[in-house]
Amino acid sequence: MKIPKSFLGYKRENGRAGTRNHVIILPVDDISNACAEAVANNIKGTIALPHSYGRLQFGADLELHFRTMIGTGRNPNVAAVIVIGIEPKWTKKIVDGIAETGKPVEGFHIERSGDIQTIMKASKKAQEFSMWASEKQREECPMSDLWISVKCGESDTTSGLASNPTVGNLMDKLEPLGVHLCFGETSELTGAEQVCAKRGATPEAQEKFMKTWSEYNDFILKEATDDLSESQPTAGNIAGGLTTIEEKAFGNFQKIGSRKFIDVLEPAEEPKKGKGLYFMDTSSAAAECVTLQAAGGFNIHLFPTGQGNIIGNPIEPVVKLTANPLTAKLMSEHVDCDVSKILSREMNLDQAGDKLIETTLKVANGRLTCAEALGHREFVMTKLYRSA
Amino acid sequence: MSQPDLIIHDEKDNVGVVVIETTKKGQDCNAWIMENDKTVKVPSENDVPLGHKIALKDLKVGDTIFKYGHDIGKVVKEIKKGEHVHVHNVKTKKW
Repeated sequence: MKIPKSFLGYKRENGRAGTRNHVIILPVDDISNACAEAVANNIKGTIALPHSYGRLQFGADLELHFRTMIGTGRNPNVAAVIVIGIEPKWTKKIVDGIAETGKPVEGFHIERSGDIQTIMKASKKAQEFSMWASEKQREECPMSDLWISVKCGESDTTSGLASNPTVGNLMDKLEPLGVHLCFGETSELTGAEQVCAKRGATPEAQEKFMKTWSEYNDFILKEATDDLSESQPTAGNIAGGLTTIEEKAFGNFQKIGSRKFIDVLEPAEEPKKGKGLYFMDTSSAAAECVTLQAAGGFNIHLFPTGQGNIIGNPIEPVVKLTANPLTAKLMSEHVDCDVSKILSREMNLDQAGDKLIETTLKVANGRLTCAEALGHREFVMTKLYRSA
Repeated sequence: MSQPDLIIHDEKDNVGVVVIETTKKGQDCNAWIMENDKTVKVPSENDVPLGHKIALKDLKVGDTIFKYGHDIGKVVKEIKKGEHVHVHNVKTKKW
């Protein structure tokens, strides 16, 4: 297949390009959700991103909170942002972080004025942003403006056999075009960690990966019951035939094809070393992982599933593929790209990779994903430890 | 190129994955080895559903299960060639 050189995206003030054109209402903290949702309800063309945290966090956990909030606002799929928090200082910190991109952003705090007055002021600004954003047109953007993140979920053995290698095939074909790529799921590389570390492009990247994985593994060993309480593998994984974390890990790892990663990112960290593949330290829970990757600036997500994970994200479109013929049949409304014919050998990996590239480009150009059409907007903050 | 009943990732593997809706007890399965494109015959000693694994040889307690050519766990209960391989007879070496 001749791979297209461009897609139709929204050019942003800082030179990045978006596959979507969202105006978001971002609550700084849990208690500002009501205000944010009221504004999004008032003003069409906006979406609120409610979440559960943002109060009394401290240290690395608070830094991650800010990084996720700011990164979400900075994502090029977002045209403009309204930030609403209880207190002015943290609200301003997030506004300032987003404003660096040059996109319209305005903050409102609720303390000393109450919900109703805040909703009124923020709604007026949100209306202005929504109408301004609605004038934006898609323009031709080079493929290198695609920042693709990947994560698999409800995996089974068909993931490792076919749908994950399909993503790997896409990576092998698109990386030479200068795209940014990102995989994560630190805990789900357990068993394949040594093999994965060798994919570091430099000794520094390899060491950084092993350090990140070891810290995660030590934490799991400290907190785990003897069997990780059916969390790794999950009951769904086991039903699909996956027996051990090692088996799951080697299947998971197929997603990066034959690529090497150039750096290891903190959760929600924006890559700084240019085009190529990055590993991000993330949980393996789908919504947490995609939320962190979106906050890192990735503008389209590929999600292979075995038994049928249904996740979406409010700002980063999540393209789902499966190689499990039963999932493709029984959960068709969740499947953007069916590659189950690989198992019957009616399709090879090269053809499946091409099919996924076609689907990815359709979505990048504006076609809704199944998850978008079904209203999946899972926005889930990662919390590192207890609050103060 | 006929439709396989089982797919084996790597020549070194001692398990194959069922890729049809289910195998039947006594079925003589066509198993395709992805790495070298060879096809071998493997008996199915149980009804094994899609995505689940079948042993390609007799395995004793303590043996290592290989898939993708890599170690994916240890045998904790004896397994005969053709039998279903899963959480009842294989455990992780981690955690």
